[in-house]
Amino acid sequence: MPDITLPESLRDVEAVRSVRTPAQLDYQVVAGDATTRFLRNITKKRIVGQRAPGGRVYVPPRGADPELGQATPIEVEVAQVGTVTSFCVVNLQFYGSGMEIPYTSALILLDGADLSIMHLIQEIPADQVRIGMRVEAVWRDDADIEPTLESIKWFRPTGEPDDVNVRIPGEKRGTGLGSWPGGVPPTELVVRNPRTGLGGTAADGGED
Amino acid sequence: MGHERVAVVGIGQTKHQATRGDVSVAGLLREAAQRALADAHMTWTDIDAVVIGKAPDFFEGVMMPELFLADALGCTGKPMFRVHTAGSVGGSTAIVASQLVAAGIHERVLTVAFEKQSESEAMWALSLPMPFTPPLHAGAGGYFAPHIRSYIRRSKSPDHIGILVALKDRQNGLKNPYAHLHEPEISFDSIKDSMMLWDPIRYAETCPSSDGACALVLGSEKVADDAAAEGRQPAWIQGTAMRSEPTLSAERDTVLPLGGALCAADVYKQAGITNPRKDVDCVEMYVPFSWFEPMWLENLGFAEPGEGWKMTEDGATALDGDLPVNMSGGVLCTNPIGASGMLRFGETAMQVRGTAGDHQVDGVRKAVGHAYGGGSQFFAMWVVGSEKP
Repeated sequence: MPDITLPESLRDVEAVRSVRTPAQLDYQVVAGDATTRFLRNITKKRIVGQRAPGGRVYVPPRGADPELGQATPIEVEVAQVGTVTSFCVVNLQFYGSGMEIPYTSALILLDGADLSIMHLIQEIPADQVRIGMRVEAVWRDDADIEPTLESIKWFRPTGEPDDVNVRIPGEKRGTGLGSWPGGVPPTELVVRNPRTGLGGTAADGGED
Repeated sequence: MGHERVAVVGIGQTKHQATRGDVSVAGLLREAAQRALADAHMTWTDIDAVVIGKAPDFFEGVMMPELFLADALGCTGKPMFRVHTAGSVGGSTAIVASQLVAAGIHERVLTVAFEKQSESEAMWALSLPMPFTPPLHAGAGGYFAPHIRSYIRRSKSPDHIGILVALKDRQNGLKNPYAHLHEPEISFDSIKDSMMLWDPIRYAETCPSSDGACALVLGSEKVADDAAAEGRQPAWIQGTAMRSEPTLSAERDTVLPLGGALCAADVYKQAGITNPRKDVDCVEMYVPFSWFEPMWLENLGFAEPGEGWKMTEDGATALDGDLPVNMSGGVLCTNPIGASGMLRFGETAMQVRGTAGDHQVDGVRKAVGHAYGGGSQFFAMWVVGSEKP
């Protein structure tokens, strides 16, 4: 390796190890029919999902069953109250986050829906949030309602007793779909085959 | 699996650390690749094709880095492939590479995977705000913390299991000269007292951000037989499997994903494993947050549902247990994200070849490598053994 000598003018300058170069991307989203309808209902303070062929209700709807790809045209309004199925208390501040810490993000299964949404829990200390807790949506002021789930400011406890038997999606009798009871592996029959439409003992949402 | 037998005949990795300021991305990859080539007694010209993997381009902010890495990896005039399956990519990259040999297309394939987290902003990249939804995402920890909480609830596991996993893996990492974290002072209490970052995940139960790369040379039966004849034990690939599943399916089990269990069942069948706990000698599984050890023990069929944590508590997964898990120190000691899956696969090959040094388990004949990625939606596994399949 040849000796490299810095020019005189650079000798006392601190070495640069890295330079932070923030990138920004402005883009337009074409929401699609299902999301558009969902968001238009949000502006009316209604939460409207879609029912998949197997009976499961998706909120927010994406227009198709994620397994079969079949269209889900039947709209179903769900409740604005639900149950916390799990949650995380975030204590970590990081680059790009606009949230004040700590905050509690929770998975909330709205009554009548089959998929939990992630939203903020407020109006209760973080260390008192629990799985099974009943919560309700708190909307922005009417003048501030926009076509976004952020129009719900957060969820807060309803004060009802906890739903200790809350059905956690996928938690089939407390064992889970992807486990090996008795050492027996699960089989492809547990889920419907998207090519053939066959199988699917879990088609009822895991309640068996 | 194709028809031709395939074996790992060369393994290389970098010294992993928070910042490898001494090398570029290309230099990092060459460090791992040249070590793998040397281990295989080969040079760049012996290689027929190169398969490269890394996690999202968003991390380093370089779109399609394989374009500028082609020459550094000796790909001139050769086929090159890029694989991407989020965190499982290191595993699936090795599998894609093995398939090129199994299909009889190539004799010697070099596969490499990397991440240079010091030049990236992974927390930011994993927390991008989604349109029309509240900006609540807080990296991988924020995503997986609710799944861990669900596991603790359904398995009725005591709270200290996550701490035990972190302690074991960090102690194993002390035996691995390539591991990023070497923390001889770590203790049960120091982990317990570390900050709750994403309750219930503590700081010391979380993987580090690492710069690092891993490379493997995969050879045909003839190549592997030649290596064996020279006294270099090949790690024969006895099975490979990948599975995917949608993240937003209503009945999806996020704690024990069906795709992970089906991936394991598939790869065990290929490798003739009927009783995973008994038939497998050691496992390298993808545990970026400590609690994933008991979760994956159940998902991969090593434990009954709800009982994975008992294996951890009983010491079964320790280096001297009956099913050592993450002998290398695992992702909890070293996490160059794109390379993390390949490091798991590479460690299993080292164990089978008897070249794992201070973290070698005695008499390994069959080892399982595992990686997962995305929202627990991509799975990649392989089984390597000391004997031909």
